Amino acid sequence: MQRIGVFVCWCGSNIAATVDVKQVAETLKSEPGVVFAADYQYMCSEAGQNLIKDAIRDHKLTGVVICSCSPRMHEATFRKTAAAAGLNPYMVEIANIREQCSWIHKDKAVATEKAIILGRAAIAKVHLNAPLTPGESPVTKRALVIGGGIAGIQTALDIAEAGFPVDIVEKQPTIGGKMAQLDKTFPTLDCAACILTPKMVDAAQHENIHIYAYSEVEEVKGFVGNFSVTIRKKARMVDPVKCTGCGLCTEKCPMKKVPNEFNLGMNNRSAIYIPFAQAVPKVATIDPAYCIKMKTGKCGLCSTVCEAGAIDYTQQDELVEEQYGAIVVATGYNPIKLDQFDEFAYAQSPDVITSLEFERLTNAAGPTAGTLLRPSDGKHPHTIVFVQCVGSRCDGGKGKSYCSKICCMYTAKHAMLTREKYPDTDVYVFYIDVRTPGKNFDEFYRRAVEEYGVHYIKGMVGKVAPQADGTLLVQGSDLIENRQLRLNADLVVLAAAIEPDASARPLATKLTASMDTNDFFTEAHPKLRPVESPTAGIFLSGACQGPKDIPETVSQASAAAAKVIGLLVKDKLKGNPCVAHSNEMMCNGCSSCEKVCPYGAITYVDKEFRMPDRTTAIRRVASVNPAVCQGCGACTVACPSGAMDLNGFSNSQIMAEVDAICK
Amino acid sequence: MTYSYYPGCTLKNKARELDDYARRAAAKLGVTMEELPEWQCCGGVYPIAKDEIATKLSSVRALMAARDAGQDLLTLCSACHHVLKRVNHDLQTDEAVQTKVNNYLAPEQPYTGETKVIHYLEMLRDVVGFENLKKQVVNPLKGMKIAPYYGCLLLRPSAVLAMDDPENPAIMEDFIKAIGATPVAYPYRNECCGGYVAMEAPEYACKRCNAINASAASFGAEAIITACPLCMYNLRQNAADPLPVYYFTQLLARALGVEEDEA
Repeated sequence: MQRIGVFVCWCGSNIAATVDVKQVAETLKSEPGVVFAADYQYMCSEAGQNLIKDAIRDHKLTGVVICSCSPRMHEATFRKTAAAAGLNPYMVEIANIREQCSWIHKDKAVATEKAIILGRAAIAKVHLNAPLTPGESPVTKRALVIGGGIAGIQTALDIAEAGFPVDIVEKQPTIGGKMAQLDKTFPTLDCAACILTPKMVDAAQHENIHIYAYSEVEEVKGFVGNFSVTIRKKARMVDPVKCTGCGLCTEKCPMKKVPNEFNLGMNNRSAIYIPFAQAVPKVATIDPAYCIKMKTGKCGLCSTVCEAGAIDYTQQDELVEEQYGAIVVATGYNPIKLDQFDEFAYAQSPDVITSLEFERLTNAAGPTAGTLLRPSDGKHPHTIVFVQCVGSRCDGGKGKSYCSKICCMYTAKHAMLTREKYPDTDVYVFYIDVRTPGKNFDEFYRRAVEEYGVHYIKGMVGKVAPQADGTLLVQGSDLIENRQLRLNADLVVLAAAIEPDASARPLATKLTASMDTNDFFTEAHPKLRPVESPTAGIFLSGACQGPKDIPETVSQASAAAAKVIGLLVKDKLKGNPCVAHSNEMMCNGCSSCEKVCPYGAITYVDKEFRMPDRTTAIRRVASVNPAVCQGCGACTVACPSGAMDLNGFSNSQIMAEVDAICK
Repeated sequence: MTYSYYPGCTLKNKARELDDYARRAAAKLGVTMEELPEWQCCGGVYPIAKDEIATKLSSVRALMAARDAGQDLLTLCSACHHVLKRVNHDLQTDEAVQTKVNNYLAPEQPYTGETKVIHYLEMLRDVVGFENLKKQVVNPLKGMKIAPYYGCLLLRPSAVLAMDDPENPAIMEDFIKAIGATPVAYPYRNECCGGYVAMEAPEYACKRCNAINASAASFGAEAIITACPLCMYNLRQNAADPLPVYYFTQLLARALGVEEDEA
């Protein structure tokens, strides 16, 4: 029989005003096993905690029930109190008589009765509690960052600066991500390349950072502190050690008709290519889909001109396995495809472009060397219409229901820069709402309107009609003037919604990290744990978690790094002892638990069992990895044979609580 | 291939050519069109009111007759196609409509939208195949620049009509290519011609028709094709300096050499 102490908290008047706390203590005192009961104004205060400690010592308590607020609030506090008095902290149970009782009831008699019942349930549970000790696991002091955009680079740099080795895995031949394609950055208008490329170089030269460019994560095994990751290094057909990045091969390559993805297909590159001048690593890559040698066996010109002898047409993908303590997801975003939005004639006119394409058209390293020219005829556009929210805030399945967040600001930037550079150009912006919260953001937008004379029109564009003379007739509504507008434009720029990169979904499966319906990674808590995935050891950086601009991405990237550093400085990780375990004698090997486990904590093993007739048999049984298990209990419910049970929340404990409530 | 065929009222008088050429071209293509023995006007306009049942019943009768014949229901007129397809969709998806309609008509076997409604153009694309059609063309309309005109009824609402991309369709363009002519891309091919207000507010209808006609002409079109008798009337009547407007079936018949056969 346990020796149980019951402590009823008033919580000032929060509980005491609705629950007769004295009566609760008095009544619970006569429950079986209860040897001490008391009430106090603030049980969580130092005096209240001392009351508990003294009672544990004086009355030799083996179990404690605190009738107070939600365990989310103070369970950890009271567990520490018990531990300080020499009691195993898992012998403490909380009866929530505040959130689930006093706050939601008005009638004192009813609330008091309910508080007593809740206390009884907790007492019934404590009778079955057993002391629990958290397990320990070692921590591999190395981090993996998946994605080498500004988010991944910033996270990697911060972790590396703290002294831990970091690997960046980037699927493209170079790191840099979307930011490398941008021209200028709001709200200060510094050039993206000028602030990004030094960071790329820093990352490449940092002694603690290793970059796996042109590589992808193939498989992830293990758990927090002990991940084992297989990385596929895709064949470049170029030896990255020998290649000096001189670019002679790209000049001599006879296949020059490959759409250049870095410029969004607005010009061509060669089949062997370096994505852009500041690429890191600056190593050539052969595109096997276009390389004449790879396709027909003839050519080999790049190999002939390469003085370093770096070309290797026989190169194969290579798999490497690395160990990590933490993994950061920084897979970023892409603008959506605009196939579903042909009312804007994106597919029908080359002069209807996306904002990212506009970015390349104004970039000095872009296809027009930074001069704003229409894609159709290379002429300077005199009227430009920007359309915001193309596919954002869009219900009905065509687009995305969320706000893409960055478009208002970059559209204001595009409009302002156009007016600055080409004052003879009329610029119109159609918007639903202008959303510019952020430091110096609204001032920036107002400058576009007030100083640069950009025409902002509240309303959406219904149709863009390409005319025979090459102009674009933009039909839209002006909701403030309440009239239909028709504008003859030379160029229409669509602020396409952004969505997570397509690689995110399969990666989430490999990491057993959860995602929302839009394929953004879910954070452990939207407010209080925004850079952690609910899966232990997986962290989130940048737009993979939701639309973000550069300042916010960098902040979150550093926040994720701080969380990773906090994990890697530990030598050992203390687990949560309230994890599932399987009774192997009862387990029938059905895999139900494995299927419902959201964390991948359950595996099946073949085990030898001694049978009653002294023979042995091999049976397939579930095995829980306590370091991965988060104690959610899904498996215990799914298990048809009752073999799966949860420490601290066993089936018998829950039933005892239910029985006590129903008594 | 044999279809139950729903011509609709207009095809029996003003739009007789649409029907006539379609039947003759179909015969040449080995497609049998069995006109439903009894059919009534589709109603012409799909009733938007959710609880409107009576004006949907004639469509249901046609749909049910095709089901009972075990055939898909072939349509030609854009408006009839639109109404039949949407009413059928209601019967497939809206339990309230299903119950009311079946209670009212009390058929031996309740109707729940089993019939597949297929437009003549879809039949050409999906059953005959434009590649196959191309092979059967004896008079390719070489060099003829034709503007396809979809109008408002054929493509939208796209989730229900499910014929083609409502903003950037290709079915008529591909049809034009199959009969050897050149399709003209112009932005107003999927816009309303104002046909429904042609009597009431002809100035609006004129405005719409002018925009469509002028846009097609500006891109070099020599003729416009349509599947809709109302669009045909309106474009011919209300556009200034109108381009010749043909039913697509007429050009199909010409390309297949049906016209000469008759002569």
